[in-house]
Amino acid sequence: MELVTPEVGLVFWTLISFLILLFLLGKFAWKPILAAINEREQSIETALSRAEAVKEEMARLTGENEALLKSARAERDAILSEATKVKNQIISDAKDAAQKEGSRQIELARIEINNQKAIAMADVKNQVASLSLEIAEKVLRKQFEDQKKQDELVKDLLRDVKLS
Amino acid sequence: MINGSILKTKIFNITLICAFFLALGAFPTKALSQENKPEGGEKKFNPQEIIMEHIADKHEWHMYGKSYLPLPIILYTDKGLETFSSAHLQPQGTVYAGKYYSYMLVNNKIKVADVNGKIDEANNKKVLDFSITQNVASMWMTGIILILVFFSMSSAYRKRPGKGPKGIQSWMEPLVLFIRDDVALPNIGVKYKAYMPLLLTIFFFILINNIFGMIPVFPGAFNLTGNIAVTLVLSVIVLLVVNLKANKYYWKHIFVPNPWWLFPIMIPVEIVSIFSKPIALMIRLFANITAGHIIVLSLISLIYIFGTQWAAVVSVPFTVFIDCIEVLVAFLQAYIFTMLTSLFIGMAIQEHHDHEVI
Repeated sequence: MELVTPEVGLVFWTLISFLILLFLLGKFAWKPILAAINEREQSIETALSRAEAVKEEMARLTGENEALLKSARAERDAILSEATKVKNQIISDAKDAAQKEGSRQIELARIEINNQKAIAMADVKNQVASLSLEIAEKVLRKQFEDQKKQDELVKDLLRDVKLS
Repeated sequence: MINGSILKTKIFNITLICAFFLALGAFPTKALSQENKPEGGEKKFNPQEIIMEHIADKHEWHMYGKSYLPLPIILYTDKGLETFSSAHLQPQGTVYAGKYYSYMLVNNKIKVADVNGKIDEANNKKVLDFSITQNVASMWMTGIILILVFFSMSSAYRKRPGKGPKGIQSWMEPLVLFIRDDVALPNIGVKYKAYMPLLLTIFFFILINNIFGMIPVFPGAFNLTGNIAVTLVLSVIVLLVVNLKANKYYWKHIFVPNPWWLFPIMIPVEIVSIFSKPIALMIRLFANITAGHIIVLSLISLIYIFGTQWAAVVSVPFTVFIDCIEVLVAFLQAYIFTMLTSLFIGMAIQEHHDHEVI
């Protein structure tokens, strides 16, 4: 029976000690510990959700980058093909222009040549004419040195006139 | 590496613990020293006496061999307060003349006696014993250990905010989280936060005293949680918390049972249940721990009952086995007490009480 009879002294000291322990631990241990654990749990949770958000953001950025890259590549190709086209255009234009210029030059040269030729021909004609005249003069002069011949000629000429 | 190598040394390594217990084994134990030298020839070994002496509270703390730590005796008498050391009352039967009365120890209880050792029953009732007994001293010791452990734990949280647990934190944090997530939260619900200090203190108070009670040598070997006074105080605290925090649904359930003609039966039953729940808590803890101590001591006593050391071949393995179970029981009883406390609190503060409609 003694075993199940609480002693007043022990009840008293247990009550006092337990309440002091409860107060001290509650104020200086449990409250900060639970607050710290709670805080840590929350920080882990926010870190996880933030990591998730960052992952999504990364995926979005990667997609964006890919799209950008794709469009950049397409643009580059377009620019390149454009440039090739322009180059070809320029080359063909230049060729055309060169051809045209060449033919124009040739034409000009030909005209010039013709001109020069005409001038030269005229010159030659003049020379020939004057030479012929000179020769003719000389020949005539030679022929008409004797009188008889001159008369003969005049007679001839007059006969022609009668006929006509 | 050299700096702080002392700090990094693990004090609680297994070799040192083993060495400690082996060293203690070098001293003669209390039971041996008492029983091998009975006064006046062959005294018959009485296991019941030994066991009951161990289970009960004492006015001195046995250290080793024949050394006892004397404890202060505080007596509240009708004439005034009286304090003296328990060393004056040793050995048992010695009469010490105090300021107002003279005292002697009978079965570790202080009795008022005359010089011849005759107990004065009339004056005995006027003296209340508020001594610092073995249980009180050990309770203070475990209380200080709890304070040291959890203060250092909470300072660790302050020093390393937001970091993972380390050292003492990683030992204690799982238990704290266990109480929070598996005991308080499911039983109490969203309002669990206000009750966490009480539940944690109850859990660790019972746990550390259960564990220290199992240590068979000096700082342990007490039977605090197996003392009805201690479990009484704990369950009275639970009773008060549960009934002071109870809401109207709880009281309605007790005083306005459904249907009305059950009033004469249900109201007394419910009132009894208010008290029966904490009483069950009190008796469960007390009986479990005391029973564990009794079993261990009985098995050890077998050696002396048979009077041969060969009995140890049987009794020591059994004792080890029971000790293992007692470690489990130490955790289990702390858990059950805390769990039922939070269950009772949860029932008392439940918002929407489901009334059974018959």
